[in-house]
Amino acid sequence: MCLGVPGQIVAVGKDIHQLAQVDVCGVKRDVNIALICEGEPAELIGQWVLVHVGFAMSIINEEEAQATLEALMAMSVLEHEVGDFIGINAGADDAVR
Amino acid sequence: MQYVDEFRDPELAKTLLAHIRHKVSAIAKASERPLQLMEVCGGHTHAIYKFGIDQLLPPEIEFVHGPGCPVCVLPMGRIDGCIEIAERPEVIFCTYGDAMRVPGRNGSLLDAKRRGADVRIVYSPLDTLTFAEQNPDKQVVFFGLGFETTMPSTALTLQQAKRRGLTNFSIFCQHITIIPTLRSLLEQPDVRIDGFLAPGHVSMVIGTTPYGFIAEDFHKPLVVTGFEPLDILQALAMLVDQIHDGRCEVENQYKRIVSQQGNALARKALDDVFELKESSEWRGLGSIAGSGVQLTPAYREFDAELRFNTQEHQEVADDPLARCGDVLTGRCKPNDCPLFGTRCTPQNAFGALMVSSEGACAAYYQYRRGLA
Ligand code: SF4
Repeated sequence: MCLGVPGQIVAVGKDIHQLAQVDVCGVKRDVNIALICEGEPAELIGQWVLVHVGFAMSIINEEEAQATLEALMAMSVLEHEVGDFIGINAGADDAVR
Repeated sequence: MQYVDEFRDPELAKTLLAHIRHKVSAIAKASERPLQLMEVCGGHTHAIYKFGIDQLLPPEIEFVHGPGCPVCVLPMGRIDGCIEIAERPEVIFCTYGDAMRVPGRNGSLLDAKRRGADVRIVYSPLDTLTFAEQNPDKQVVFFGLGFETTMPSTALTLQQAKRRGLTNFSIFCQHITIIPTLRSLLEQPDVRIDGFLAPGHVSMVIGTTPYGFIAEDFHKPLVVTGFEPLDILQALAMLVDQIHDGRCEVENQYKRIVSQQGNALARKALDDVFELKESSEWRGLGSIAGSGVQLTPAYREFDAELRFNTQEHQEVADDPLARCGDVLTGRCKPNDCPLFGTRCTPQNAFGALMVSSEGACAAYYQYRRGLA
């Protein structure tokens, strides 16, 4: 019950008491934005947020997301160079998909 | 789906696994006995089993499934209190679906519904305000359950109820907070945990600072972790690196969602609506000081237990054979419990760990039964 889904804000009302519309995987959902809106709701349009039980709980930090993935990719390149690939579980592909 | 699929890339997962294996093989103590890493949050427990992460790891790493699943630590007496209110003829009782099948002394909320109570599953607490407005002759009660992840939504719902002047709305408050419970866990002498994967969505609200004592006072490494396979593997790699280097720090793997200071707007709403309660009971763990909240005086009129003047429901002694508490603290695995798979199954659960899809016993039953 503590998981959330990412979605993109596509429409907002005039103030934070009006629900905003968030696109979650192509489905539009009405979402409360009072926990993420400090200024004008209109500034949120286009932002990615984490939606949980009808509330946008957090604005997804796109730069941090990118930085995490880049760090993983850099690590992958490095591991390949070192050739440090001993004993990788053959089932890994299927299981983590 | 954006922000999901990228974090499931199998190639990057292989890299992380190779890194973990390599590092763990150089940790001397791990060759004597496996490292015990506790994933505090039930969402992590579920993801670990669903994606088979536990089976990809070297034998030197063992997961301990922590107490961070609000349904799993829900005491029988609290369910009995919910049912007492739900069975009143004027009440519409609303709950998240996860709590429906948790057994109390007189069965579960689902059993109460079968007996004729108006029990409704809601996706969002906001739905309950609509019920209250549409049914002025009924009393609508929301079962507010969960950690800091779900607390802000309950708080905002109560603020709205107050603003709209709703007199037929109240909540049954079972919100609890994880930090005191982690401390009490670490104070127990025979609990042996080498590091923590900390809950990503609780941390989104409280930030990373409240975990400082785990590193400073108890000298355990901790990594705040997201819920996709790469998140969990990267956090494991970070933990293993810390153990390898002899460091004990609070690190944040889930920076795209969690900041050091957390969500200030959410915490402001929490301070308005909730205050700490002296102590709260956790199923399997007993009473823990300062681990639960109640409504502040300004919101006490919305407290369902006061409104309906419910009885004090006795703490109910669990079957002495049940090992829920030992599973929650890493003293044993689910299938070490004599009731596992016999008197306790997802269809007919004895303990709450068998009910929620985030509970260790349910996950074990669903994904690992038959594998020894
Ligand atoms: S199998 Fe059932 S009784 Fe045993 S520890 Fe798990 S939930 Fe508790």
